[in-house]
Amino acid sequence: MATPSVVEPTRRDFLYIATGAVAAVGGAAAVWPFIAQMNPDASTLALASTDVNIGAIAEGSAITIKWRGKPVFIRHRTPKEIEDAKAVPMADLIDQDARNPNLTGDNTQATDAHRAAEGKENWIIMIGTCTHLGCVPIGQSGNFGGWFCPCHGSHYDTAGRIRQGPAPENLHIPPYQFTNDTTIRIG
Amino acid sequence: MSGHSTFDPKNPALKWFEARLPILGLAHSSFVAYPTPKNLNYWWTFGAILSMMLGVQIITGIVLVMHYTPHVDMAFNSVEHIMRDVNYGWLIRYMHANGASMFFIAVYVHIFRGVYYGSYKDPREVLWILGVVIFLLMMATGFMGYVLPWGQMSLWGAIVITNLFSAIPFVGEAVTTWLWGGFAVDNPTLNRFFSLHYLLPFMIAGVVGLHVWALHVSGQNNPTGVEVKSSSDTVPFTPYATVKDAFGMVCFLIFFAWFLFYVPNYLGHADNYIPANPLSTPAHIVPEWYFLPFYAILRAIPDKLGGVIAMFAAIVVLFFLPWLDTSKVRSARYRPLYRQFFWVLLAVCLGLGYIGAMPPEGWYIVIGRLLTAYYFLHFLVILPLLGFIEKPLPLPASITEAVLAKNGAAKPAVGA
Repeated sequence: MATPSVVEPTRRDFLYIATGAVAAVGGAAAVWPFIAQMNPDASTLALASTDVNIGAIAEGSAITIKWRGKPVFIRHRTPKEIEDAKAVPMADLIDQDARNPNLTGDNTQATDAHRAAEGKENWIIMIGTCTHLGCVPIGQSGNFGGWFCPCHGSHYDTAGRIRQGPAPENLHIPPYQFTNDTTIRIG
Repeated sequence: MSGHSTFDPKNPALKWFEARLPILGLAHSSFVAYPTPKNLNYWWTFGAILSMMLGVQIITGIVLVMHYTPHVDMAFNSVEHIMRDVNYGWLIRYMHANGASMFFIAVYVHIFRGVYYGSYKDPREVLWILGVVIFLLMMATGFMGYVLPWGQMSLWGAIVITNLFSAIPFVGEAVTTWLWGGFAVDNPTLNRFFSLHYLLPFMIAGVVGLHVWALHVSGQNNPTGVEVKSSSDTVPFTPYATVKDAFGMVCFLIFFAWFLFYVPNYLGHADNYIPANPLSTPAHIVPEWYFLPFYAILRAIPDKLGGVIAMFAAIVVLFFLPWLDTSKVRSARYRPLYRQFFWVLLAVCLGLGYIGAMPPEGWYIVIGRLLTAYYFLHFLVILPLLGFIEKPLPLPASITEAVLAKNGAAKPAVGA
């Protein structure tokens, strides 16, 4: 029998490839649940919102509450802190995004107005997790009078914007709304 | 593990068994008849010491699991329960906690011994790479184990280390959420760390098996770095290496026992006796001492992603060491320049460890950056160039010649 000069793919080659492809898809499908089980479960996702009474927080003081396992800072800012934050030019900011999911509209510049509660600039509500490696910054300290992270030396200003140190982003703001003048719902 | 076994049992029952599963012959050729270079010094006993420490960690760990509860509300108290109520619980927990430190002390000695005597060079590259894999697995195991007592350092160490992955562009946040099983380090994280902390030591044991296998294929390096050439260069593993290893292990156990019985908390942090509090970071958080050099490298780079890359690169560079070192001569004994750079590297690594323990401010930042730069300079520039620049000392023709020359030279000195 003569040997063909060009090896043509046979039906058997097709069967090998088709079988291999089905096995690969089947293998991936079998692995999927074992990877997906590590994502947040239904009970973790259910801890979505928390109501907080802020009526007792005097000007110049703050509370820290826990939301989704993370600290949330609620600070009643002094007029000086607000003025300090407003006086900062945009060009001085390391991260110019407000990191505020409550903003509507396309302008998300990290101005003080975009960082503070809408229409209540004396309130600032932020997730108290340093955007570097997740430590909790200490309030009213650091080079900008805002927050200072003791772990790796990140300095935030009075609007929680990163100004110096290794953290790449401003402190994130959680989704929240005022349900009345003294109550906010986070989440 | 290679070659034909010389094991020849006389007992008919053993003969019958050996014909069906030649495991005794394997043990005999690996740990009895196995030829070891006759000039091995005590730095070579650390392989046996490490095997012993892996055994200690697995045995004490399995016992601790009988009394520990992996839940955020109960973990801290269950560790205190082990310390106060469980019979000998204090002893077993201190053995495990200090045993981890001893394991790392021994592995660092073992690594630097390999670096000094060029044990990573042809034909031992795979042996070396398996060793770096074991080192990585040890780091993962040590990190997750430190989280389990759920004290303040446990929690904040876990938060900082898992947040390293948030530096990955685009998918960083999704990856950390997946690692945590939530939006913060919490009970799901503790549970999975517990599961993996139990698994990884057995993976280490498996890779140690491969490491020993590769070692027995290429044969051991030795202080001269000259390959074994004849049977006069070697002695049988048993009794020579067995007894020397046993003596090394006993000396190491005395060192271990001193920490265990006199300063059991010296290598830990007082803050880890405070229950974990996700709302308050300790003022000064540092990892366990064995991670400090890498932590210093992380902090030396004033950029989040850059710091994480540098830290991982500090370990990854070790995988390429067999090819970065261009010198044909193995042992630093015959490399006058490399020998000096070796001690500088050791000093730099210790310096990085010191900087890692200090707060990130002032001069500590500057020194940390200089040491980090030197660490990479050593591996990426100095080592490749040194092979071309350095004029090595004359090598002995064989291990036997080196041994005889040393002892022959010593004799007149005694008479004088």
